[in-house]
Amino acid sequence: MKYSALNLLRQGFAGHRGWPAAWRNADLKSDYDIVIVGGGGHGLATAYYLAKEHGLSNIAVLEKGWIGGGNTGRNTTVVRSNYFYPESAAFYDFSLKLYEGLSRELNYNIMLSQRGMMMLAHSSHDLELLKRSRNAMLLNGVDAKLLTPDEVKARAPALDVSRKARHPIWGALMQERGGVARHDAVAWGYARAASALGVDIVQNCEVVGFDIVAGRIKGVRTRLGEVKADRVALAAAGHSSVLARMVCFRLPLYSYALQAFVSEPLKPVLDTVIASPASGTGVYVSQSDKGELVVGSALDLYGSYAQRGNLPIIEETAAGLVSLFPSFSRLRLLRHWAGIVDVTHDSTPIIDRTPIDGLYVNCGWGTGGFKAIPGGGATFAHLIARDAPHPLAAPFSFDRFRTGALIDEAAAAGIAH
Amino acid sequence: MLSIVCPFCGPRDETEFRCGGESHIARPGPPDAVTDEAWADYLFYRDNTKGVQFERWVHAYGCGLWFNVARNSVTHEILAVYEMTDPKPHGLVE
Amino acid sequence: MSGFRLAEGGDAIERERPVAFSFNGRAYSGYEGDTLASALIASGVDIVGRSFKYHRPRGLLAAGNEEPNGIVQLGDGARSTPNLKATTIPLYEGLAASSVNAWPSVDVDFGAVNNALKRFLPAGFYYKTFFWPGWEAFEPFIRRAAGLGRAPHEPDADVYDHQHAHCDVLVVGGGPAGLAAAVTAADAGVDVVLTDDRATLGGALLWDTDENPEARAQAAALATRAVAHDRIRVLKRATVLGHYDHNFLAACERIKPSASPGAGAAPAERLWRLRAREVVLATGAIERPMAFANNDRPGVMLASAVLEYARRYGVACGRRAVVFANNDHAYRTAFALMDAGLEVATIVDPREGDIGGVAAAASARGVDVRQGSVISNVIGRARVRGVEVGRFDATATDEKALQRIDCDLALVSAGWSPRVHLFAQSGGRVAFDDSRQAFVPDAPAQAVRSAGGCNGAYDLLSCLSEGTAAAEAACARLRDSGALAHRDVAGRAPSAEAQSPIFRAPLPHASAKAWVDFQNDVTTSDIDLAARENYRSVEHLKRYTTLGMATDQGKTSNVNGFAVMAASCGVSIGEVGTTKFRPPYEPVTLGALAGRRRDAAYHPIRHLPTHDDQAALGATFEDWGGWARPTCYPNEGESRAAAINREILATRGRVGLFEASPLGKIDVRGKDAAVFLDRVFVNTASTLKIGRARYGVMANEHGVVVDDGVFFRLAEDHFLCSTTSGGADRMAASMEEWLQCEWTDLDVFVTNVTTCWATFALAGPLSRDVLGKLARDVDLSRQAFHHMSFTEGRVADASARIARVSFTGELAFEISVPARSAGAVWRALMEAGGEFDIAPYGIEANLVMRAEKGFIHVGADTDGLTLPQDIGFERPIKTKKSDFIGRRSMMRLDARRNDRLHFVGLKAADNATVLPVGAHIVDADGNGRRSGGYVSSSYWSPTLQCGIALARVRAGRARTGETVAVFDDGRTFAAEIVSPCFLDPDGERLDR
Repeated sequence: MKYSALNLLRQGFAGHRGWPAAWRNADLKSDYDIVIVGGGGHGLATAYYLAKEHGLSNIAVLEKGWIGGGNTGRNTTVVRSNYFYPESAAFYDFSLKLYEGLSRELNYNIMLSQRGMMMLAHSSHDLELLKRSRNAMLLNGVDAKLLTPDEVKARAPALDVSRKARHPIWGALMQERGGVARHDAVAWGYARAASALGVDIVQNCEVVGFDIVAGRIKGVRTRLGEVKADRVALAAAGHSSVLARMVCFRLPLYSYALQAFVSEPLKPVLDTVIASPASGTGVYVSQSDKGELVVGSALDLYGSYAQRGNLPIIEETAAGLVSLFPSFSRLRLLRHWAGIVDVTHDSTPIIDRTPIDGLYVNCGWGTGGFKAIPGGGATFAHLIARDAPHPLAAPFSFDRFRTGALIDEAAAAGIAH
Repeated sequence: MLSIVCPFCGPRDETEFRCGGESHIARPGPPDAVTDEAWADYLFYRDNTKGVQFERWVHAYGCGLWFNVARNSVTHEILAVYEMTDPKPHGLVE
Repeated sequence: MSGFRLAEGGDAIERERPVAFSFNGRAYSGYEGDTLASALIASGVDIVGRSFKYHRPRGLLAAGNEEPNGIVQLGDGARSTPNLKATTIPLYEGLAASSVNAWPSVDVDFGAVNNALKRFLPAGFYYKTFFWPGWEAFEPFIRRAAGLGRAPHEPDADVYDHQHAHCDVLVVGGGPAGLAAAVTAADAGVDVVLTDDRATLGGALLWDTDENPEARAQAAALATRAVAHDRIRVLKRATVLGHYDHNFLAACERIKPSASPGAGAAPAERLWRLRAREVVLATGAIERPMAFANNDRPGVMLASAVLEYARRYGVACGRRAVVFANNDHAYRTAFALMDAGLEVATIVDPREGDIGGVAAAASARGVDVRQGSVISNVIGRARVRGVEVGRFDATATDEKALQRIDCDLALVSAGWSPRVHLFAQSGGRVAFDDSRQAFVPDAPAQAVRSAGGCNGAYDLLSCLSEGTAAAEAACARLRDSGALAHRDVAGRAPSAEAQSPIFRAPLPHASAKAWVDFQNDVTTSDIDLAARENYRSVEHLKRYTTLGMATDQGKTSNVNGFAVMAASCGVSIGEVGTTKFRPPYEPVTLGALAGRRRDAAYHPIRHLPTHDDQAALGATFEDWGGWARPTCYPNEGESRAAAINREILATRGRVGLFEASPLGKIDVRGKDAAVFLDRVFVNTASTLKIGRARYGVMANEHGVVVDDGVFFRLAEDHFLCSTTSGGADRMAASMEEWLQCEWTDLDVFVTNVTTCWATFALAGPLSRDVLGKLARDVDLSRQAFHHMSFTEGRVADASARIARVSFTGELAFEISVPARSAGAVWRALMEAGGEFDIAPYGIEANLVMRAEKGFIHVGADTDGLTLPQDIGFERPIKTKKSDFIGRRSMMRLDARRNDRLHFVGLKAADNATVLPVGAHIVDADGNGRRSGGYVSSSYWSPTLQCGIALARVRAGRARTGETVAVFDDGRTFAAEIVSPCFLDPDGERLDR
């Protein structure tokens, strides 16, 4: 049933008994054309675009837990395309543009809220870096403008913009098209649309092995049984190395816990997304439509597959947030958690073929995979369908680790993913 | 907040330490004899094990010494602490 | 108006000490020892808040931190605090509280229009609409309507502390189980920390119904012993928030009530970081409400809470109660309430058949017991006026058969949920126990034991014995350091009083709603809808309906919600499972988490050893790499730019003095020092003669230039390496890592001596004259002391290392003296320079002068991808005999490209133009404009009277003389690629 105000009204009178399942609970078949391992945003979007853009529908998305339960459901929901390198900017702006039409395309309100995203400068050096980024963005065809401290204050009155602040504010780089979206809705919206196009979504279906004959993928082994498939696509984020190990290759990745937290809900107090560079506080914050402040900052800097929080980073993040917003000190942290992010050396993703024919991988999104979901899905689908990289994702290859042609945003612009 | 037993100072909170990533990675050389692939493998490719990881840590805000830790990356349980030049402990290697 | 103060009773309050407070602008009075909640009930306040979504009027449901409804804003100004639970606020004189999320008032709230529309606003309705014209058209209204309290506008007036504590056994919870555990462990001779979130130890002992007098006496004695025991540290009003790795727990101690006036510098809250070898959790259990139509009306309360209000605070929550419960415990609660003076008219119990003695006992006390029945609906809007009771039937309800019972209070109890939050956070697995109808601790992941209510034991004797046993087991393990003895889960005794699995009464009609999550307005029909739409995983259920995501984090709602989902899907609650228990157990202020890391103590900034002297000279300080350093020294009324220009001209024309103490200084010595530095530097160190200096570049293993500086050879086996100010700690650490982890055979010691020495750069044509007045034991003459060499002597009576190195291009002396002599030497140099009109110069002048000379500033003119060849330092890569850090990376395909970004100079076509830093050199290719590099440094050169710029330009070195377009924010400039050295390319000024 189409989602619309009219149907909502009708169902209101009918006690909402007519709504069908948002996506089918499919039973695992023994044979698919394409198996996608990982039912997060990237896996679901990939399935959707394979069906929608490439006319393929004998597809299964296998999720070891519940869909959207990895980093898709654990991030701070920021979307933006304020990138330095043309390769990054082209890809992430493509993704942002897909986001801009996504609610209607999927007929699922993902609550994209382009309330602007500003990166703060805390010193004259930061400001010079931001000017460098601003010009790069403009050359890359992405909207960008520099705000003065007064303009920053006008957009975010709770910020301490005085020069007395430990990390004073010299200005900010604003991308008005940046913002937030409802993260779970992105997973559910893609799941619903993919399912409607015939994709099987199978939850609680952990992949435990791969069938490979003479260097070619033949299928996967799961907790629910074996599945034949000529093409298998990995979209498992922090667990990519675990899957790669089953196939006996390693990835240029390390898995870390990235924490985030929300405050208790408040009446509107912060209208834009604000990020402070790592050389300052490293904190990023926005306020959700529910009123919670959504806050993140640095990684826990040791390898981890434990999806749980740890106190030191939370304390440091709280201190950073209070330093930026002295009036937030009395607000209370409601809930904190962690996701396992797969970090490459240059924090740029990998969308590529693997040493095994028919096995493809989408990984390395690090701390920035959410904003890339539509773009990652669309370009990964292209790679799987054509066995050739999408032009926008071609730079995101394994080869760069051999040649040294890294796309390192943090190194160039001080703003990581 | 891990409690890490520095082999030189005793148990301390993780905030006194810094993790240097996977240990026991041999540095290939001399430069002319190393292929691009081997160099990339050395620089970037990691086991990234879900389970027992062997990693090096430094007691950065303590004695300043480096040492090896065998740690479970899921439970964060520390299974062994051993000196920088020691091999991986028997019984922990798969 | 239903609640009132009983004539007697109330252990917690002091009736002789009245306390005045206000709520929603009206004045009230309570007693010392009251909570805001008990005082409000005693004052007859029915409606304390409004729900999040439908703005339904709400009264208090609970008496502890599980309260979902009584959310208030407390205080004002710099102590205004949103979203506090009235049940956890101790009453104090002058307390001013107001309801949140209600306008214009909590009694008349326009937001309640949502209640009338609620049939169109089911769970997740927003996902299904707002497509046209677009979400942005609706979102502002939703945002305004959402949120609870208001964030304060002023910086927080309170301060917060952090404190560490280590113990053998940490006992969380000071109820009977926790007291037994703490005293048992302490008696065994181990160190114990006992935390409790209330002001008084005792937990449920203080109010619960267990009528075993012997056990009560025994437990009460334990509280006295615990406080007096010299091995037990008791932390009251301290809520354990999180149970993290390696038995690390965080607790927040509330030293004074939120928003109450501060007492000097005393902290408001203290965050405890607790590390325990063994943990005993004794956190008790939470009574569950029942789901039935309009069960959210003010006057529907947890049975145990009503008893707690009566016994602790002498408060009656109503005059005539009906009890709706599925368990025996609630009967005893009812009897205790009758003893306290409340009227209990009826007990409605869905259980059929023989339920043991409680029914008979109730009848004997004149209570009308309705077995096999449920409360089907609540009558009354702003307050319960009655309930409609019908026969329990899981499928249908006969509306005509409902019987109305008048009452102003409905006590509900659907059994108990053990507080397993901390156990689950510690990594322990929880499992659903059918006999208890609850999630209970299963396999632990750390040295953690659960005892009492949080383990599913609800009677006093069991709590005491479990507490004792847990402590004994913990102590035994402390003695043997043995493997963790996992509790034998299968051996857990079935509950003495089996729980009924009935959590929900059927709805009387289709449009009726029964609440599960009170604050977030999640109803049973929302959960049914989620099940229908396939949001069946508990995590999907939570996220789709927002069940358990309110500020109470689902303490009263989660299990009920899972039960509804289980019924809806036809599976057991155990199969539905539970959502993850995420910390914190209770919301905690950001201030407490930040602690003292605020203002100047957040990322403390380093001060120069001559900070006061610089301040006296009128320096403008800014943060340069974590140091407060003089940017410039403006005279009265002088602009920043004018000051910088004046300082440059003074230095170039006469003499200037620069405070360079943060300059990195790394002492490297040992037999293999030269070998080591050959590996550290891109260029060669071992060929340097003693007493000489050389410029060196350091790369990381990725080949990237990470630092540069001059290094000196003091002896055959002794070098001193300068680094950038920001790089000192990082480079010293990096050298250590290479020595300890890779080149363990080298005999080298690395010591970061940066802050041991103060360093001043004396630069300009007259610098030798100035230094000559103060230097002893050194020959400063041109013939004796060459550029790029080094000597030791005395300056102004301090032992000094003097180097002839120059970052300005002028004749210059870099003078390092022990940091303790810094001020005296600085002042002596300034005084000696007085006759030459010496000028102190700041970082900006220093940077301009080095740019005039074309010296790179690592971090500004390089980025995280810059290789040595990009800055014209490629010879060692080709010719050096030995390996060095990063060399192989500099040989990769991308490193060999000839169109890399090269470090060059840029000169605007127009002399007056200063190219903007961050402007990009624009390459035109077939697809339009594309960045071909960027301006990394750019200044007005007062020496040359023109703008100068340094840039990284694609293939720049091969394009010298070419005119390029430089783009900045829509404007374009023409500039010529030139050598980066704008001034004195032959270095004549160096040796004047």
